[in-house]
Amino acid sequence: MLYFSRLKTALILLACALGVLFSLPNVMRAPAGWLPWRQLHLGLDLKGGSYLLLQVDMDAVLRERLEGLVDTARRALIAGNVGYQSLAAQPAQDRVVFRLRDNAQQAAALKALRDALGTSAAGATPELQVQASTDGTVSITLSPPALQERASAAVQQSIEIVRRRIDETGVVDPQIARQGVDRIVVQLPGVSDPERIKQLLGKTAKMTFHLLDSAANTTAASPPPGVEFLPMQDNPAQKLPIRKRVEVDGGDLTDARAAENPQTNEWVVDFAFNAAGARRFADITRANTGKPFAIVLDNKVISAPVIREPIIGGRGQISGRFDARSATDLALLLRAGALPAPLTVVEERSIGPELGADSIRAGALALGVGFGLVIVFMGVFYGLFGWIANLALVVNLILMLGILSLLQATLTLPGMAGILLTLGMAVDANILINERIREEARAGRGPVAAMEAGFQRAFSTILDSNATALLAHVMLFVFGTGPVRGFAVTITVGIITSLFTATMLARLIMVRWYGRLRPAALPV
Amino acid sequence: MLIRPRFRLVPDGTRIAFMRGRFLGLAVSAVLSLLSLGLFIYPGLNLGIDFKGGIVIEARTPGPADFAKIRASLTREHLDTTGVQRFGAEDDVLIRLESQPNEAATQAAADRVRHALDQAVPGTKVLRVDAVGASVSADLLHEGMLALAISFLMILMYIWFRFEWEFAVGAVVTLLLDITKTVGFLVVTRLQFDFVMVAAILTVLGYSTNDKVVVYDRMRENLRKYKSMPLRQLIDLSINETLNRTLGTSMTVFLASLPLALFGGETLSGFAWTMLFGIVVGTSSSIFIAAPILLFLGEHRLRKDAVAARPAKPPAAA
Repeated sequence: MLYFSRLKTALILLACALGVLFSLPNVMRAPAGWLPWRQLHLGLDLKGGSYLLLQVDMDAVLRERLEGLVDTARRALIAGNVGYQSLAAQPAQDRVVFRLRDNAQQAAALKALRDALGTSAAGATPELQVQASTDGTVSITLSPPALQERASAAVQQSIEIVRRRIDETGVVDPQIARQGVDRIVVQLPGVSDPERIKQLLGKTAKMTFHLLDSAANTTAASPPPGVEFLPMQDNPAQKLPIRKRVEVDGGDLTDARAAENPQTNEWVVDFAFNAAGARRFADITRANTGKPFAIVLDNKVISAPVIREPIIGGRGQISGRFDARSATDLALLLRAGALPAPLTVVEERSIGPELGADSIRAGALALGVGFGLVIVFMGVFYGLFGWIANLALVVNLILMLGILSLLQATLTLPGMAGILLTLGMAVDANILINERIREEARAGRGPVAAMEAGFQRAFSTILDSNATALLAHVMLFVFGTGPVRGFAVTITVGIITSLFTATMLARLIMVRWYGRLRPAALPV
Repeated sequence: MLIRPRFRLVPDGTRIAFMRGRFLGLAVSAVLSLLSLGLFIYPGLNLGIDFKGGIVIEARTPGPADFAKIRASLTREHLDTTGVQRFGAEDDVLIRLESQPNEAATQAAADRVRHALDQAVPGTKVLRVDAVGASVSADLLHEGMLALAISFLMILMYIWFRFEWEFAVGAVVTLLLDITKTVGFLVVTRLQFDFVMVAAILTVLGYSTNDKVVVYDRMRENLRKYKSMPLRQLIDLSINETLNRTLGTSMTVFLASLPLALFGGETLSGFAWTMLFGIVVGTSSSIFIAAPILLFLGEHRLRKDAVAARPAKPPAAA
């Protein structure tokens, strides 16, 4: 226990040197660009910024998919001349059902549906299952794996759209990541008022162009089939009879810009379609010249102008009583694309830069004072070996910093508390060793034997006592979120580094000190 | 060159008969824990927004805050606040709102408070906004409790694996008593119970276990060393032998936590006060709770042969 081979000594010193090296990036600039210069990141609670947790509306994903199926089924049945009634989506059962008017048409109905949906009866893992029962009801059911896949794709796609929208706002270095099954975490450093971003993310921005059913009476209790009554954006009381069929989809847009109409001083959004969209837009406007045409955004009618002439070039303009900001935002949303499902902000945590700076000051002060108190305590109560422990403590701090930088961990305010607590607990190992050496010396052992026995006997105790603390904090990391995770990370890293500094480094110094001076009694 | 220690926390060779106070220790602890349980049921923990949902907004007004104006402006926005209060300095305002009926409304309310503040006192800086929806807070509560439960189980398993089962039972019962008292402390002080507090409780748990492990370790060693010493005497001896270490480590952790409580700011001070309380409870329970439990459980098991033996002579090392 008292003998350190040259190799072991070298390895211990090398580890300390590496710790210093890896913590350097936090205090100085990279001397050369090619060097891996990894720093500790400051958490949003210290540097200011916003944390948003978004929830993807999975029910909406399902409902939309089922609505699409209803539409497909209706067309297939009409094309196949099959009589049906009460065709509707049942989201609770993941299916679409209808009833045949004539049970004899069952085979024809199934064939029409399977052809239209592209599912043969012998499909390997069919996304859909078409079933008919003897009483004439037919159901099209989505399979669970297909649902999961669709939900997963929806979250993935949402992340992409969220990223595009945030990039458009000019936020520097946003972090967007999936959390769990249906949530998205957005971290916006430097944004202390995320209201505009919350509003931008809260809009699906699904823009579609529809024809109107001029024959429908909007005061009727329920709209005729294939038509729905949608409110005007700027006047929700006024409803328009909109045909459900989407004539042109906003997904075909290639560009959208806010602009001010020089004649009317009104803000408008100019848009341009891709080739496919332009062709369809031209066809529709040609066939329906003189009729009103509705532009619908998220189930609200922005405007329903009458088509004066066919629009051939694939360019158009939306006017709907915008001001500069709402026009800019709409253009931004259209450029970034529609979300596959509505997003809801379920958690916001914003910290202004002033509070972040306050927190850093408070944390640093506490850290400094606490560190000082521990060092004075060790010096006063444990003498020379206490000062050796203090040296090991400083190295421990540097090693922690180095490892946390290497992991590119995020330093949060609770994380700073974690560092301080680690320092307080790290000396426990030194205390255990010193007390043990003292006991052995008092029991009559010579210095060498006392040190030897002290290190050896204290070691298993140190391992046991640290293992339980380690377990608790690893669990905290697994289940914790945000700043609390920062706490768990610093403490976990600190426990590991303190094991090294207390049982290896401090011991090495003590043994070297003894070998150099050979005192008759130990300063314990 | 020889720098000797200046002081000792406890003189060497103390022979305090801790086990004499075993009934008193257990009784006091049990009463405190029962009281804490009662407090936990009523009035209960002061759940923070992490676990209850809701909105907390901290703002700094230019000059001393005009609370009447701010309240009026919030009322105009039809915001039903549960508290508008001074927070530290006289220009710092803390506004609390309950969780709204749905997620979108919660977020919208947070934005409306921002507007109301700006209208009431232009130039107000919003320092912090926490708006947590009901679904998130339910998930956080679930995760926090899961973290506590699993950590507890893992500590139990570790001690069971490393020590005889009497030690494991002793440790777990003691930890339960420690935790209930910490919860009681949180209820009495009305400190906000947020996720950071789960971290504090876990840290207290880890620290308290650490303390018990060290004392148990010494008992185990002494069981092998003094084959014929009665358990009661052996436990007293072990506690005395480790007393300097127990108090020393408690002191360093206490000294590290104290500045956090005093200057650590709002977020950390609650955490740190809980830590400080936990250190005191954890240290005393190692001596007055964990050891007596072991004495009751182990009287006839750990020391079968020594029940009839007369008290052995105290060893030289003590």
